[in-house]
Amino acid sequence: MQAAQHAAHAGHHAHDSHGHGPTGLMRWITTTNHKDIGTMYLWFSFVMFLVGGAMSLVIRAELMSPGLQYVAPEFYNQMLTLHALIMVFGAIMPAFVGFANWMIPLMIGAPDMAFARMNNWSFWLLPPAAILLTASLFVPGGAAGTGWTLYPPLSVQMGIGMDMAIFAVHILGMSSIMGSINIITTILNMRTPGMDLMKMPLFCWTWLVTAFLLIASMPILAGAVTMLLTDRHFGTSFFNAAGGGDPVLFQHIFWFFGHPEVYIIALPAFGVVSHVIPAFSRKRLFGYTSMVYAIAAIGLISFFVWAHHMYVTGIPLTGQLYFMYATMLIAIPTGVKVFNWVTTMWRGSLSFETPMLFALGFLVLFTIGGLTGLVLAMTAVDIQLQDTYYVVAHFHYVMVAGALFSAYAGLYYWLPKWTGYMYHEGLGKLHFWLSMIFFNIAFFPQHFLGLAGMPRRIPDYAQQFADFNMISSFGSFGFGFSQLLVLVVVFKAMKGGVKAEARPWDGAHGLEWTIPSPAPHHTFEDPPPFDPAEAHG
Amino acid sequence: MARHSNSNGGAYRLPGGPAGPMVAGFLGVFSNAANAAWELNLQLPVTALARRVYDLHTLLTWVIFIIFVGVFAVVTWSIIFHRKSIGHKAADFHDNTAVEIAWTIVPTLILIAIAFPATSALVEMRDTSQPDLTIKATGYQWKWGYEYVTGDAAGVKFMSVMSTPREQIENKTPKGENYLLEVDHPLVVPVGKKVRVLLTATDVIHNWSVPAFAVKTDAVPGFLRDTWFRAEKEGTYRGQCSELCGKDHGFMPVVVEVVSAEKYAAWVAEQKKAMAASADDPAKVWKMDELMARGEKVYAANCAACHQPNGAGLPPAFPALDGSKIAKGPKAAHLDIVLKGKPGTAMAAFGGQLSDTDIAAVVAYERNAWSNKLGELVQPAEIKALRGK
Repeated sequence: MQAAQHAAHAGHHAHDSHGHGPTGLMRWITTTNHKDIGTMYLWFSFVMFLVGGAMSLVIRAELMSPGLQYVAPEFYNQMLTLHALIMVFGAIMPAFVGFANWMIPLMIGAPDMAFARMNNWSFWLLPPAAILLTASLFVPGGAAGTGWTLYPPLSVQMGIGMDMAIFAVHILGMSSIMGSINIITTILNMRTPGMDLMKMPLFCWTWLVTAFLLIASMPILAGAVTMLLTDRHFGTSFFNAAGGGDPVLFQHIFWFFGHPEVYIIALPAFGVVSHVIPAFSRKRLFGYTSMVYAIAAIGLISFFVWAHHMYVTGIPLTGQLYFMYATMLIAIPTGVKVFNWVTTMWRGSLSFETPMLFALGFLVLFTIGGLTGLVLAMTAVDIQLQDTYYVVAHFHYVMVAGALFSAYAGLYYWLPKWTGYMYHEGLGKLHFWLSMIFFNIAFFPQHFLGLAGMPRRIPDYAQQFADFNMISSFGSFGFGFSQLLVLVVVFKAMKGGVKAEARPWDGAHGLEWTIPSPAPHHTFEDPPPFDPAEAHG
Repeated sequence: MARHSNSNGGAYRLPGGPAGPMVAGFLGVFSNAANAAWELNLQLPVTALARRVYDLHTLLTWVIFIIFVGVFAVVTWSIIFHRKSIGHKAADFHDNTAVEIAWTIVPTLILIAIAFPATSALVEMRDTSQPDLTIKATGYQWKWGYEYVTGDAAGVKFMSVMSTPREQIENKTPKGENYLLEVDHPLVVPVGKKVRVLLTATDVIHNWSVPAFAVKTDAVPGFLRDTWFRAEKEGTYRGQCSELCGKDHGFMPVVVEVVSAEKYAAWVAEQKKAMAASADDPAKVWKMDELMARGEKVYAANCAACHQPNGAGLPPAFPALDGSKIAKGPKAAHLDIVLKGKPGTAMAAFGGQLSDTDIAAVVAYERNAWSNKLGELVQPAEIKALRGK
């Protein structure tokens, strides 16, 4: 019966355009399959990760010792700007959209994403945006050299590279909004019968909240950069005091997007870790309900703390006080999440395969980043540390160790499901330990540099900062080259090796483990029965 | 003059408070190497406010350190004793309302406790009322301009430009002790007086920062911001622009010399005398060699960073002047762009920064230096006439 149904389906598919199955490159260009699209997102993000990483190595090479050695200051500024834009919009965000595409339908028992063609379009918007960003290096005047925050009036001084960055941001925003609409619709409408929202896997919860954050914040960014564009070319004065505008207005608008953006990156990372830690603790996630409430609270509060990025701009005392208190508030739900992960491990039966190692690395380093965030929340202290390397260290602990480590945890966790083969555990562990050690060598000394007063975004520095910068550069080169190991691991797992079982991890739960490995091209054409044993909560 | 070296770890006084022993331990290890580079903490505060900030940071660092140790003691315990490889069987619990309420309320109480010192330090930081002395600092790409608004020195104004030679930056000569943190004219203030600093900028956003004073405020073009400090100790204190402001953002340091009341009075008298002496006779008619000599100095201080000493510029962002249409074209257009700047680019309006004589000299220099041998003079009276329009 089941087989007959399958055959009928296959026959049906053969009649529509999809079934004719373009092959080769056209398969990938025209695909509407969530797994194909998820794969493309992940490869795209990895390529951009290498591009952005190469830029960071240019930065760290220049900073290896005092004096100007390799690049001119204006090119240095372009590198730090593109490094950030590419890492945020080109690497981290698409990586988690890739996870969402691959895993959300598998986790909720849906056959695909709700809007399959739009899904294709939201991916294929990314390459043009990436080309605009990277090509801007080669136009007259070079790329934007303003930092990823694009503050006017400096951004008004830039050349055509700035306009290319603005259009790239527009396109990336469209892609994110479409992706978010798709994810929300899929999660709200296509769960298998019996899977209530409060029984849904936590990764889906984090993405549900993230998608709302994206829809609410990306248009704000689009508005800000459009105003910038008209200030640059069409004589408006939104951000020009001489015409009645205010440069600080841009910062308010930018950070009204920019702060939720931090949680857009962090929440899906929380989601991945909330799957990996229970699986390798062989114990259910502790405090599922409070996790969900914490995610929602973090998402909501993230809209009310934006000016903590602007303590030195001259906002009024009352404003500083409000934003300080609101920012401190975020520590509470974030703390709840950390405590829940720790308690999940407590009295579990722990094993330490690569996904678990990366999840633990995430836990340690993200907590450090969160705690230094608490220091930075205090306005009076932040004013000492604003625009110093302390802030650089803080957000790399949150972004790299938070988002990237959790993406690796997810990669190693689900790779057997994607390729059908187990990855090489030894190489995976080597990758983890090299990443963990070199990351800390690269970024921990930056706390000290910042405390001693080294400003960020400078191509050259006073001599008392020389030694820690040398260490930091050494660490970042080690970290950068260690990442190439991922390619080896993934290619090996694609080519073959030990066959992966449907459920390669004995402690893993969820509908994605009920289908064979590798996951067939089409899954859950009929909603699977909901098994409470596979559910969270 | 007493030179307070901010960068010598060995010279640091440690504050009281709970962090003392730990910080001392850390510093002890590293400062024995007699190397300023291993500084691990905030710069030594020299104002009461900066000391509060220092102590607040120390307190917070202890709080987060204890939280971190507490949380990861539990994790470490789990990793050691609850591992599958030693046969530990997983327990089956996944909720505990009492515990979850507790770890929501306890952090809340900690945060409330921290909020009190954090709030009072901030309120003090923002109180710029009743200063003894007010100074206006203006950010330019890429230098600071200072003007004494009140007090004995009212009316004194000067530019403060980084004095580290290009050769040191390009690694051609050994770097000096205060590499990148030295200027030609530091800001000079009397010790123990409340100094209010008004901040603005002409082109892009800059940030005036002196870590030893816990002062860091944006200079926003078109707006006035203010901040203050009351330095308790004579010495030279150094900071840097702390908001990305373009190409030479890393090369516009802030240097403040805090001096005794007597030295300050002497300095003020000297400045006033120097200003009177250097005031140019507006009616003077300048000869070519005089203009070129003066113009070269003005060019080096104001133009060479972008247009380069050889006039070749850094195209396309910073165009060449050697052989350029402006520098070889009509004088009126050349004067116009120097006086009024070019909106939407880094070309500033120098009308507000330079005197008539300086503008006349620099324009004459640009029209006669390199291959631009126009043989044309520019006189201060022409600039005065243009400004009048």
